[in-house]
Amino acid sequence: MTASLGGVALALAFLTALVAVGMALLGRDGEQRWILFSRRAVYALCALLTLCVALVEVAFVGDDFSLSVVQGHSSIETPTFYKWAAMWSSQEGSLLLWAWVLSVASSLALYATRDKLREIVPWATAVMAGVASFFTGLMLFAGGVNPFSTLSPVPADGVGLNPLLQHPSMMIHPPMLYSGYVAFTIPFAFAIGALIARRLDASWIRATRRFALIAWALLGFGLLLGARWSYTELGWGGYWAWDPVENAALMPWLIGTAFLHSIMVQEKRGMLKVWNACLIVATFTLALLGTFLVRSGVLQSIHAFGDSTVGPYILGLIAVVLLGSTALIVSRLDDLRSEKRIDSLASREAVFLVNNLLLVALCATIFWGTFFPLIAELFTGEKSSLAAPWFDRYTTPLAIGLVLFTGVGPLLAWRRVSWASAKRVFLAPGIAAAAVAVGLLLFSDAASQLWAFALFVFAGFALTGLAQEFWRGAAARRSLRGGSMPQALVAIVAGNRRRYGGYIVHVGIVVLLVGIAASSSFQTNRDVRLAPGESAAVNDRTVTYERPTVAVDGQRFTLGAVVRVEQSDKEFVLTPSRDFFRPTGMSSGTIANFFDGEATTEVGLKAGFGSDFWIAMQPDVTDVLAAARAADEGFRACVRGAPGTPPQCRAVSQLMQAAAADPSLRPVALAQIESLQEATAARIARSYLTSGATATFRVIVDPLVTWMWIGGLIALAGALIAVWPARGRRRTPVVVGELEALKEAKYREIRDAELDHAAGKLSDEDFALLDAELRNEAVEILDRGNGAGASGRAEQAERPSEPV
Amino acid sequence: MLGALDPQRKRKIRLVVALGVAVLLATALVYTSFSASTEAREPSQLIAATPGTVYDMTGRVVPGSVRQGEEGLRFRVADRDDASVSIPVTYSGTVPDPFRGGREIILTGEMTQNGAFAGQRDTLVTKCPSKFTTDDS
Repeated sequence: MTASLGGVALALAFLTALVAVGMALLGRDGEQRWILFSRRAVYALCALLTLCVALVEVAFVGDDFSLSVVQGHSSIETPTFYKWAAMWSSQEGSLLLWAWVLSVASSLALYATRDKLREIVPWATAVMAGVASFFTGLMLFAGGVNPFSTLSPVPADGVGLNPLLQHPSMMIHPPMLYSGYVAFTIPFAFAIGALIARRLDASWIRATRRFALIAWALLGFGLLLGARWSYTELGWGGYWAWDPVENAALMPWLIGTAFLHSIMVQEKRGMLKVWNACLIVATFTLALLGTFLVRSGVLQSIHAFGDSTVGPYILGLIAVVLLGSTALIVSRLDDLRSEKRIDSLASREAVFLVNNLLLVALCATIFWGTFFPLIAELFTGEKSSLAAPWFDRYTTPLAIGLVLFTGVGPLLAWRRVSWASAKRVFLAPGIAAAAVAVGLLLFSDAASQLWAFALFVFAGFALTGLAQEFWRGAAARRSLRGGSMPQALVAIVAGNRRRYGGYIVHVGIVVLLVGIAASSSFQTNRDVRLAPGESAAVNDRTVTYERPTVAVDGQRFTLGAVVRVEQSDKEFVLTPSRDFFRPTGMSSGTIANFFDGEATTEVGLKAGFGSDFWIAMQPDVTDVLAAARAADEGFRACVRGAPGTPPQCRAVSQLMQAAAADPSLRPVALAQIESLQEATAARIARSYLTSGATATFRVIVDPLVTWMWIGGLIALAGALIAVWPARGRRRTPVVVGELEALKEAKYREIRDAELDHAAGKLSDEDFALLDAELRNEAVEILDRGNGAGASGRAEQAERPSEPV
Repeated sequence: MLGALDPQRKRKIRLVVALGVAVLLATALVYTSFSASTEAREPSQLIAATPGTVYDMTGRVVPGSVRQGEEGLRFRVADRDDASVSIPVTYSGTVPDPFRGGREIILTGEMTQNGAFAGQRDTLVTKCPSKFTTDDS
């Protein structure tokens, strides 16, 4: 039932996507009928894929093992919470998620532009629906990845979800990453539309920048969650390993960051058009590449997802996207010419350009390192790879450069900055940086790690510069409008969410990088082997292995430890443990095979603002395993009816023989065996407590690592502030709407300049020049609205009524 | 100096300098990556390898061979597709959760005089049994 309904819905979704492409192409000349039709087709696509997702989720929660995807990734015993998340642990489910998120994002984008960008929208619709038809078609035709393929006969139970994936992060980490990847399709589609239609002003950027920002925030949040998951769960104490799959998600995020900055230059100054087009094409291609990498098995990775049938198709799509976009950009080079040039190297746009180059260089380095195994094999015939130190060596200086420019950028005004105003804005951050440097030299050994030291100093500069921006902005606002300082702060943020939201993101990223630098450069990392009662000294802490713990149930064997940590003034107790799972799909079997299945680490973590204390245990299972093997052997002997076995065992043996003759007795016999095994397992578990129970502990003292997570959350909050829609936006008719948007943007620039002047960022002369330029540009826009030669232009170019 | 030139020329020079720097940096990156990389070998190839050269060993852990001792783990690793040849391996450091007999691993280290492969601390990488395919064990 589910399968046939879902199969039909998926097939319809594929056809609907194709129809949407066709209708959009028919509407390319702006005929409303076709455009409306194609938009509604995309809405319908969204509804159909929502139905598909709902059907699969219902099948998971309802244990419908007739669907092979459910059978392969869930079981009756899987906790309900993870049944919801199991969909995207599967290949087919993750493709469905991709297509569904795309259909939702496309519908939102088309709704938001329903009466704008008439020339661009049809092409953009065709691109979005085209990508959607690719992914729905993939599920239908690639073979082995249809989420609605069935099993016959229907199995009684499923294989279950890999215990490693049973972590709360599984619920949000993959969907966040996917949504991030997918949402970059929207700005890409509109960029392609703008290129084809030769509408290469900033209108496509204004229409989609929110989507780009949301995609960036989701992808970033997904990366952060992945890092956190790795830190707390995987038992190695790190949050980043330069693994190909991690890199695959980081690369589009970096280029997306560059894109978000350089589109501002296009919006304000009409420059970098080719660059922006290239960046969004690169971002989308890298997002596809990430989708491909996890499914192809071409690179060795801890995330290796095995070979599958869809890799070559995605590679084909990447080739089409790259070749098509490049050809398109080359053919439009004339239309992409900059309207202006960079006036001065001391201007915000020049800093944006530098930050763009740093981000692209960072991405290129990571790309090279990630694909080096393939490149090396191509040239030398030898498989070889690059390890984390290589990545660290190149990415560290680039990241430090970025921190510096994260601080410098916001301090500079657009167009040009005079020496006098530069001195004024750089004074406080410069002093702060010097103070940080002196403080670190006097009171810490931070200078022993040169890169980390440089990063701390630049972070001092950047954070002070950003604080100064808020303070001066609020002070300027107060001098214009009055009110208290907190009121003024709220008012400036609310009045220019994009700018101040962006600054908050900067604060977050700088804090995050400080956390990374401190924790990676000044980490203490020790392995100690202890028996119960023994202690070890780590830094200034004493770590005591007080006693072992053990727990056993039908699914897992848990060996743990109670560890007391003492520092001069405080002490706390942590309980790290390790769970040994039976191999999935085996509800009974030998006791020893607990130790053949998955094992997961439960880390003991004491987080703090100063430093984290992190401990993981690796119990010595040699004795337990030997006991389990002996018990299994004894049990086998007993079932064979060997002489000298205990009586309850003989009873089981007789029951087994009876069950062999009469199948109806089998469940009783199995239950008997299971309870006997459980009793034996419990006895073996208890024996662990007395058998020595030595264990190896990995102890990590990680300074300031908490700030990494805090910084990430600050950045996320900043991004949310920046995307939050402004209150009371009016809806305006189509043509006027675009001019209106231009006018609004120009007025905002004039207000920004005023604020910058009031905040002391622009000198009087600079401001006078800039203001005159901006007002001339505003007049031009107004002229276009009124037709040529409108009278009274000067009055119309009056200051916008609402200051700041 | 540059001030005397016309802007067109100045821009061109700037561009050439920028491109030159980029090319130089890229060359350095490419060059160092070849010398910094570690070559991958399977156990059957490692048997004949010279002691002292560092390799990335890729292979499959022989089921049932994993032993834990005072100084870390001891196990045997065979070629990924051919279980007939295997070499003894010693390793201490972080053990990723998915590690166990039958799993594919990558381990950086070198051959010792006694024919065992000595892994470097914390370099053990275990391939997940995959999110996207069913468990093949």
